[in-house]
Amino acid sequence: MQDNPIGKPLSRVDGPLKVTGEAKYAAEYHFPGMVYGYIVSSKIAKGKIQFIDTAKAMEAEGVIAIYSHENVPKLARLDLSYKDHDAPLSGKPFRPFYTDKILFSQQPVALVIAETFEQARYAASLVQIRYLVAKHTTNFEENLGNSHKPSLNRFPIKSRGKKADKIISEGDVRLDTEYLHMYEHHNPMEMHATTVQYHDDGSLTVYDKTQGVLNSRNYLADVFKLSKKKIRVLSPFVGGAFGSGLRPQYQAFMAVMAALQLKRPVKVSLTRQQMFSFGHRPATHQRLTLGASPNAQLKAIKHVAIAETSQLEDYTENVVNWSGTLYQCNNVETNYRLVPLDIYTPLDMRAPGGATGVHALECAMDELAYKLNIDPLELRLINYAERFQDGDIPFSSKELKECYRQGAEKFGWSRRNPEPRSMKDDNQLVGWGMATGIWEAFHVPVRAHVKLSIDGKLSVSTATSDFGTGTYTIMTQTAAQLMGLPVTDVEAKLGDTNLAWAPLSGGSFTAGSVTSAIKAACDGLKKKLLKLAKKASNSPFKKLKPEQAEFNDGYMYVTGNPEIRIKLTDILQSEKTNTLEAKAFSLPNVLKQRKYARYTHSAVFVEVKVDEDLGTVHVSRVVSAVAAGKILNPKTAHSQIIGGLVWGIGMALHEDSVMDNQFGRFVNHNLAEYHIPVNADIPEMDVIFVNEHDDIVNPMGVKGLGEIGVVGTAAAVANAIFHATGKRVKKLPITLDTLL
Amino acid sequence: MNRFTFNKAGNIADAFSSQQQSDFSKFIAGGTNLLDLMKENVERPDHLTDINALPFQEIGMNEDGGLRLGALVTNADTAYHPEVEKRYPLISHAILAGASPQLRNKATNGGNLLQRTRCYYFYDTALPCNKRKPGSGCGALQGFNRIHAIFGTSDHCIATHPSDFCVALAALGARVNVTGPSGERTIEFEDFHRLPEDTPEKDTNLHPGELVTSIDLPEYGFHENYKYLKIRDRASYAFALVSVAAGLKINDGKIEDVRIALGGVAHKPWRNKEAENMLKGTTPEKSAFEQAADLILKDARGFGHNDFKIILAKRAIVKTLSEALNS
Repeated sequence: MQDNPIGKPLSRVDGPLKVTGEAKYAAEYHFPGMVYGYIVSSKIAKGKIQFIDTAKAMEAEGVIAIYSHENVPKLARLDLSYKDHDAPLSGKPFRPFYTDKILFSQQPVALVIAETFEQARYAASLVQIRYLVAKHTTNFEENLGNSHKPSLNRFPIKSRGKKADKIISEGDVRLDTEYLHMYEHHNPMEMHATTVQYHDDGSLTVYDKTQGVLNSRNYLADVFKLSKKKIRVLSPFVGGAFGSGLRPQYQAFMAVMAALQLKRPVKVSLTRQQMFSFGHRPATHQRLTLGASPNAQLKAIKHVAIAETSQLEDYTENVVNWSGTLYQCNNVETNYRLVPLDIYTPLDMRAPGGATGVHALECAMDELAYKLNIDPLELRLINYAERFQDGDIPFSSKELKECYRQGAEKFGWSRRNPEPRSMKDDNQLVGWGMATGIWEAFHVPVRAHVKLSIDGKLSVSTATSDFGTGTYTIMTQTAAQLMGLPVTDVEAKLGDTNLAWAPLSGGSFTAGSVTSAIKAACDGLKKKLLKLAKKASNSPFKKLKPEQAEFNDGYMYVTGNPEIRIKLTDILQSEKTNTLEAKAFSLPNVLKQRKYARYTHSAVFVEVKVDEDLGTVHVSRVVSAVAAGKILNPKTAHSQIIGGLVWGIGMALHEDSVMDNQFGRFVNHNLAEYHIPVNADIPEMDVIFVNEHDDIVNPMGVKGLGEIGVVGTAAAVANAIFHATGKRVKKLPITLDTLL
Repeated sequence: MNRFTFNKAGNIADAFSSQQQSDFSKFIAGGTNLLDLMKENVERPDHLTDINALPFQEIGMNEDGGLRLGALVTNADTAYHPEVEKRYPLISHAILAGASPQLRNKATNGGNLLQRTRCYYFYDTALPCNKRKPGSGCGALQGFNRIHAIFGTSDHCIATHPSDFCVALAALGARVNVTGPSGERTIEFEDFHRLPEDTPEKDTNLHPGELVTSIDLPEYGFHENYKYLKIRDRASYAFALVSVAAGLKINDGKIEDVRIALGGVAHKPWRNKEAENMLKGTTPEKSAFEQAADLILKDARGFGHNDFKIILAKRAIVKTLSEALNS
């Protein structure tokens, strides 16, 4: 009998392709006659294009066309056509080349198409644009007073009980605090790019960097008024996305527009600088009030967030609702408001809302622990939420206490001297901090296909995405285990609109939802195999029920009687068919799931060393204990979590898109000056996966890991810095100047 | 990036004649900075002369007992050269505190001296910058100036010189040998880079067409008591917010000679000889170092976001001297 592949640390099945350069990314496709686009970006943040002079650029060698709002072909007229699957509920999506109006700095204002990339880039520098400058509003902190309630919120805010001011009385311990973080931009290794192949019948094959090929396809079809059948979008490999591929970016629009106009293959890639021109984690200001009785029980929580959005759309995320979920508290008051600025609409970035909302909550809990003079972990255990309080329902599973216990033990938390500035290593101050992480375990509908071939190979496919997350690998493992085949006989396919329907990949829901759909498809294939096996006149399977059939080593067995077996390929042979397929559409069992709250949890423990003379912070140890249901692959799961922890460290100490309000422009728009952690900033990190069984969350019992690694991590770093230095820095990132 | 022509110079005469064909030509060696700037349209040469074949490839002894570093020797080969490691460890440490192994393998010593500021406003052609476009204004003055200078600034420019290597060279008192169409000359290191004044577009005192051929290190390299301290926003691959190169020569319990040079704080590596002289002959101790630091920072001026550099530099000087003493 072969080993069960699920739960084994299988290396990425696409790894060899990636490290040998065989895996092709969107900008790496080449077609005969292909031309290249280079985007000209606005130098101003607000105003109007008075005049575009393309004469000099058109004369440059190799230039074929220059597009702008002046000569853009007729496109869809309604805003609705521009609303992709991840568009905010309210607002008007940005339309490239729609008018002469400038709405944000680095807005694409022209597209130069030339025979080579270098020619296009050079000609782009010759395009002269005269602007009529208007006064821009980009200063988030100065405009906190101009906030409004989002017209439609993806995550309606939840409050319960009484207001904090009414509940917190004189004998209670009260904390009023506020936190601020500014903008962060997505900077996956691969910049956004689109290559379009134009076919003679007017149909298109589009290689796009996206987290959802169907989203790109539908958007392009709507905007260019084409039949969906005429556009095939592929995205088999994505060099990181983290949310940046949830909405079609403007280079996809540009490449398709040019390909349709020129009837030629076109490639358009953004520059690193242009990666700072679109969606980002929104700057958010948060105020919290916590009230606790002297015995450290939370009596009231108030959590108010004001986030930035664009003038175009009301982008919303769940910043404040975590405060009503994470701890036992009868009185929770939340509010969430938006300040529109002259910048591009924010966009989901790894753990959107959670990374930031939980940061403020978990720093505030640390502050409260010091006010109460108790251990920060103890405070969390005292206020542990056994049930989900909005609706008073149980959690489908919640092993957070085990996360606390195992994480604390591994870290050595019990040896912590709670006194700030009490722990030292040579000349450095040592700080230990901790925080809780939480993320929702979503389950979404997915279609999946499985196909068994006469050579014993199984293909498993769905139009989902693997943007470095390991989807190919867990699809392979799941199908291999369920069909009883070696992983080497299974091929996973994804990232193609010709495959079975799948939603956008994000929010940590892909692993659980896709593997549940694969399970449904495999169940269907097994039933078909059994049915065919019964057809032979002397079949030993005649009376067998599906649940009595077992699949292993390429055979179907009778449970409990492994002598009675048939090779799967023999079933196909006797049927004289080369392939046998099954399709499934897996839907969440809403009736069952609604009776439970479904969340992933973690506990993060961090050690920092601070050079007090210089203010420099080094994270020297991290332990993260995660409860995320079944772990399909501990190796790729570990990679997901350490990646999230690195993000958290970067969020705490480094990442910061600097807006210069003189110009309404992000000025550190390159990877030399927009700092992310380097290897030397990152210590060894311990990741613990706590056992957690969950029958509710989805048929596979998998909760997803994409976001949870980052949630709470920055708070644990900030709390460790407080413990080391006695300084509570409430603005991220915590740079050395704030600790001098 | 604009269109340009390219040739490889086989000898020095070749290099000069190919440069003279255009007013907008440039030499290229490692290209680690120039190519970046060309891609961003900050530098727009119409001709590049590749000088990698010119005979500035050696590290060797000078008659005065000092060491000569060829302009085309890479930063990596310089940092790991046995004589440099032994006699001028300050140089090795400073080089290895900068960039990344890949860049140091490519970047040359001459190019390191001539690298340009990493000021955001210099790099973004959508923004004003007097260094890139004289007369357009200084975006940093009222803008985000966290990484900018606190010494020797002008109303026209508050950019810093980004090199680590140069800070150590300034501390040691190196000399730069150059050659040009009108002959060879030697420039004291302190006179090589300029302050911005009203011509921030000029980083150095090289004449048009002149080429760095080598850098001479003096005989004594402060190899016994030295320290290069670089303070930055992450542990590697970031430019210095403040860096300090310090060397001490201790004789009979007193400071016989001392060098203190600062990086990340001015348009050139910053040295204050008054402070060095004050320390000479005194007992090396923290209070003396603090006095010297106070003296050095006396004329510092912040622009808002970079005010912290004043206190940071003070502490860094004291720490560096203390660690140099105990090294």
